[in-house]
Amino acid sequence: MRYLALFILSFLFWLLLTFDLSPINLAVGAVAALITSLLFGKYFYERVYKFLQPQRYFWFLIYIIILIWECIKANFDVAYRVLHPAMPIKPGIVKIKLELQSEFARAMLANSITMTPGTITVDIVGDDLFVHWIYVSSEDPEQYSRKITGRFEKYIKKTFE
Amino acid sequence: MVSTILIVIGVLFNLIGCIGLIRFPDVYNRLQSATKCGTLGTCSILAGTLFHFGFTDAGIKAIIAIPLIFFGATVAAHALVRGAYHFGIKLGDKSVKDDYKDVAK
Repeated sequence: MRYLALFILSFLFWLLLTFDLSPINLAVGAVAALITSLLFGKYFYERVYKFLQPQRYFWFLIYIIILIWECIKANFDVAYRVLHPAMPIKPGIVKIKLELQSEFARAMLANSITMTPGTITVDIVGDDLFVHWIYVSSEDPEQYSRKITGRFEKYIKKTFE
Repeated sequence: MVSTILIVIGVLFNLIGCIGLIRFPDVYNRLQSATKCGTLGTCSILAGTLFHFGFTDAGIKAIIAIPLIFFGATVAAHALVRGAYHFGIKLGDKSVKDDYKDVAK
């Protein structure tokens, strides 16, 4: 089942990438997608039926909009710190408790964190997420967890879990 | 017109990213500036390309490159930070907190 899903996804990706509907191109794309899905199918997202639940696409759209907004904010934040003569940074690695369970949702959360203001995911050990933060603004774990993950966690839960 | 503005913004952000790469004190902060500014800068240039060409083959390719860069940059940043830490590179002098120290061993 997941081999089939990966095949369809990679074939669509090929079509978008080449943007050409001639039979030769379709054949090459099908072969390439087949090889990809045979090699990497076993690493793919397990519960494929979730692709067919429409409400997930709705939440995905909202998640993307929030992510782009946060991403733009992140850039202005880092640009400000780069250009400021005194360089206002206070870096450190903080530990955050994860509430998401599935592997895929965790990976998406880690990616989102890397894109948001001044934070890079370093590692996941058990249920803890380690994040390098360019400006550690508070000492209280509750508060900074909410600051870093709070914006995304519920949308990622609805979209990917 | 829109495409020119987007491309100019993109180049500016890439420039700021490079300045940050030189100014920041340690490898972790440098990666912050390289990933963030680099990603938005490049995505902005690609969006400018899309506006310039419209929904032709070049424009569509520009759209597809955006998620690729997005995932590539984030995963690369994570791998570099983690690799640097395990290699034994210390956090810079300005650092205030290190929760990862005990777990990394």
